Amino acid sequence: MTVKRLRGLLLSPLALLGGCHLALLDPSGDVARQQSDVMIVTTIIMMLIIVPVLIAIGVVAWRYRASNKQARYDAEWDHSPQLELVVWAGPLLIIIAIGAISWIGTHQLDPYRPLDRVAKGQPVAAGTKPLEVDVVSLRWKWLFFYPQYGIATVNQLAAPVDVPIRFKMTSDAMMDAFSVPELAGMVYTMPGMQTVLHAVINKPGQYRGFSANYSGAGFTDMRFDFEGMNTHDFDAWVARVRAEGSELDTKAYDRLRQPERDAPVHYYARFEPDLYTRILDRCIDPGELCMSQMMSTDAGPPMQGMHEPPVHAGAASLVDTGKTVPAQAAAAH
Amino acid sequence: MPEAMPHRAPVWDFLFGRLTLDSLPFLKPDLEGRIVLVTLVVVALGGVAILGYITKKRLWGYLWHDWFTSVDHKKLGIMYMILGTVMLLRGFSDAIMMRAQQAYAFGPQMGYLPPEHYDQIFSAHGAIMIFFVAMAYIVGLMNYVMPLQIGARDVAFPFLNNLSFWFTFWGAILFMVSLFVGDFSTAGWLGYPPVSELQQGPGVDYYIWGLQLSGVGTLLTGVNFVTTILKMRAPGMTMMKMPVFSWTALCTSGLIIATFPVLTATLLLLSLDRYLGTHFFTSGFGGNVMMYINLIWVWGHPEVYILILPIFGVYSEVVPTFSGKPLFGYSSMVYATVAIMILSYLVWLHHFFTMGSGADVNSFFSLTTMMISIPTGVKIFNWLFTMYRGRVHFTVPMLWTMGFLFTFTIGGMTGVMLSVAPADFLLHNSLFLIAHFHNVIIGGVVFGVFAAVNYWFPKAFGFKLDESWGKASFWFWLVGFWVAFTPLYIMGFMGVTRRLSHFDNPALQPYFIVAAFGALLIALGILAFIIQIYVSIVRRKAYAVGGDPWNGRTLEWSTSSPPPDYNFAFIPNIHARDAWTDMKKHGYRRPLEGFHPIHMPKNTAAGAVIGVLSFLCCFGLVWYIWWLAAASFVGIIVAAIAHTFNYHRDFHIHAEEVREFEHTGNWQAETQGARA
Repeated sequence: MTVKRLRGLLLSPLALLGGCHLALLDPSGDVARQQSDVMIVTTIIMMLIIVPVLIAIGVVAWRYRASNKQARYDAEWDHSPQLELVVWAGPLLIIIAIGAISWIGTHQLDPYRPLDRVAKGQPVAAGTKPLEVDVVSLRWKWLFFYPQYGIATVNQLAAPVDVPIRFKMTSDAMMDAFSVPELAGMVYTMPGMQTVLHAVINKPGQYRGFSANYSGAGFTDMRFDFEGMNTHDFDAWVARVRAEGSELDTKAYDRLRQPERDAPVHYYARFEPDLYTRILDRCIDPGELCMSQMMSTDAGPPMQGMHEPPVHAGAASLVDTGKTVPAQAAAAH
Repeated sequence: MPEAMPHRAPVWDFLFGRLTLDSLPFLKPDLEGRIVLVTLVVVALGGVAILGYITKKRLWGYLWHDWFTSVDHKKLGIMYMILGTVMLLRGFSDAIMMRAQQAYAFGPQMGYLPPEHYDQIFSAHGAIMIFFVAMAYIVGLMNYVMPLQIGARDVAFPFLNNLSFWFTFWGAILFMVSLFVGDFSTAGWLGYPPVSELQQGPGVDYYIWGLQLSGVGTLLTGVNFVTTILKMRAPGMTMMKMPVFSWTALCTSGLIIATFPVLTATLLLLSLDRYLGTHFFTSGFGGNVMMYINLIWVWGHPEVYILILPIFGVYSEVVPTFSGKPLFGYSSMVYATVAIMILSYLVWLHHFFTMGSGADVNSFFSLTTMMISIPTGVKIFNWLFTMYRGRVHFTVPMLWTMGFLFTFTIGGMTGVMLSVAPADFLLHNSLFLIAHFHNVIIGGVVFGVFAAVNYWFPKAFGFKLDESWGKASFWFWLVGFWVAFTPLYIMGFMGVTRRLSHFDNPALQPYFIVAAFGALLIALGILAFIIQIYVSIVRRKAYAVGGDPWNGRTLEWSTSSPPPDYNFAFIPNIHARDAWTDMKKHGYRRPLEGFHPIHMPKNTAAGAVIGVLSFLCCFGLVWYIWWLAAASFVGIIVAAIAHTFNYHRDFHIHAEEVREFEHTGNWQAETQGARA
């Protein structure tokens, strides 16, 4: 495919720049790769007009320099309907082209949309269950729940290669952005709200993950390792977390949510099953009023014909595919 | 929430609010304290030197009567430009500190700035550069040039103009005071919650009140300029005969009127959260961070067009003048400006594609954003075709314009890259983004300001700026910009994010060292600019020019340099777009007899007084010194009402005085109208 060749063309001069990997031009996850493709293709289409314009600016300015008396001087020439048609139509055509690509790409690569392929030419097999990861951004570290495995980790995230992952994300206090450039584009995490990201990693390896949205003094250290593993290694990793991990209950979480810089990796072999939901609903400690309860109280008695939102009891009834929604709206689904 | 102060009697709490000796960072023994102390000493010495000089030369009366209380749009314009330059030095010092930290803080080396300090620096850098450098510059330019271009003797509301300046000035002072008394916001240049909600102490409150002051000033300026342009154009100057710079001033002022109230309201809601415990933008109790981010960008995106539109106007004056041709596609230019003005309202969401809005919403804002590049592209083409078949003189303003054309076109392209929503998910908040917006703000706005300063300086002062130092400044800036920001573009592609105060990946260090070197080149560019001004002042006799040093095309070149207080002895009748070119072509001769008295607004101290009082009010609010805030607020109201009883607001310049000036003003023969 041409994009591949273009990418090679782009990368070869840049590769001389040093030992750094230009993750955004050659990422290791299929979603990031498609996003990168969109970026490269649209950039090249733009260059169709940008490069000639840059050359023309130089040529025209030089040719019509005041000292060049050979060049034609037309002191009255200030409009030309044909040229003006061209100068409006040229950019318009370019924008129509990249606008169409952006429109399609935005829909296809919508982070809420479940994956239909794990790589080019490799559709997701029917009945494949994605790996579920519930992400909580804390001050200033990352907590990952693996509900299918009953384990949780701090500042380390692992996933088997070529398996779709579904991240559901929220935040404890700040507004952060879950970002693994090699995996997929970033998505914000916010307290009391849930965002979603579907992604897949295609190559085993260790990748940088971090928060890409500034959140105060410890932001710089808000990093985590993202490890792509083959299935065997992943199972071994899960077993290790189970063996080495401690228990994540409400009390442990209360300690965990205290602001801390440069937090070490930590494993939890067990966690309270509804903990993520309570974090999202902002009622972690017993007796705290859940956001969903408060919002349904605030909403007053239900209007006729409308469903009354269920009183939230910390149940895991949140939707998976909703847009950024307050917990209450999510619970009401 | 005043902090407990066990050692202080209540009377001190009443008098000083939460201001204590501990609030003075330069008294602290740590590194931050030392840095602030050294800065304070330098600023104090500089300040004492300047104040001493003014006192020794007995200039206070002159400054007060001729400048501080002046309602003359030209003097206010110059004061805005000086304010912008001083704040540029402050904002650039922040930039150098950031570049130094990032070039240095790798691995075990934590750098010389702890995050709490580093975060204040990038927040101050951004806010100062936008609000007190770029805004001050463009308001200064519009103030100086626009009334001259449309053949007016002043703006519609001269007193309001003076008041606007003082609001902006004292807003800037509030920011500067935060350096030495207390601290500054760490919430970034836009004061995003939750950081701005959670930060204790006066930092965020300095930010809020500094911006509230300057924001009100800017809003009043917008009202003033729209009225001036709509009501005070010279007879015959229809809208489609108005110079493009004035058109862009109109569109920018329209944007200001439409968006600055949003900023004021948003910051007000934030201050309610901070002062009264409301929950507009908190995480709980029904508050929502997303609301702040939407509101601030509803103001914030039009803001960048508020900055760039007048600068497009500058280029649209410079290119025709130095190509010896009218602007190509005048109507296209005007429609493009209006299109940008309208579209700029419809794109704010592209600042947070990654906030989870879903594909339809993101697609819409992706498309509207791209659409802005169409009228912008048209402008680039029009400047190109203006040079085509022209006689291009590469003077300093034209060099800046050439630098702009190359730099800004590339910045525009990276902007469209960011507008493609799927690409933005990768590029968002990365150093690529930082490189992009510096590319358009430095390559667009800053280059344009320097083009404008070099272009209109002779008009304002009657002598040209030194060419060689001007060229040195240009090349240092141009090369420095690319050296400083190319590494950021590349690191953006590596996925390096913004606002980090420390790095663990040593492979990045060379890039940051190169970037820091680029910043040093820019520092030389700024130095060369200051030398350029100094050298030109020293050699002002040799560089003296008449009314029309560039063979200009618009009305401001038809009057003397510097123009008289009344701008034009006779308001000309306008018959064509490039009015002055048209007048020259038809053998215009400046009348030397038959003058009438000219009706002018009188200077007033009300603006300066209200400015000081509003500073005191905001300072009281920042430190919870309630008596001061209340007293100065009452003072503002009283002063404003008292000013309405001042009936001596205008006077007439006698016909004799006008005649006197018209015979002695700076109108060199060869640059007078008679030449063409």
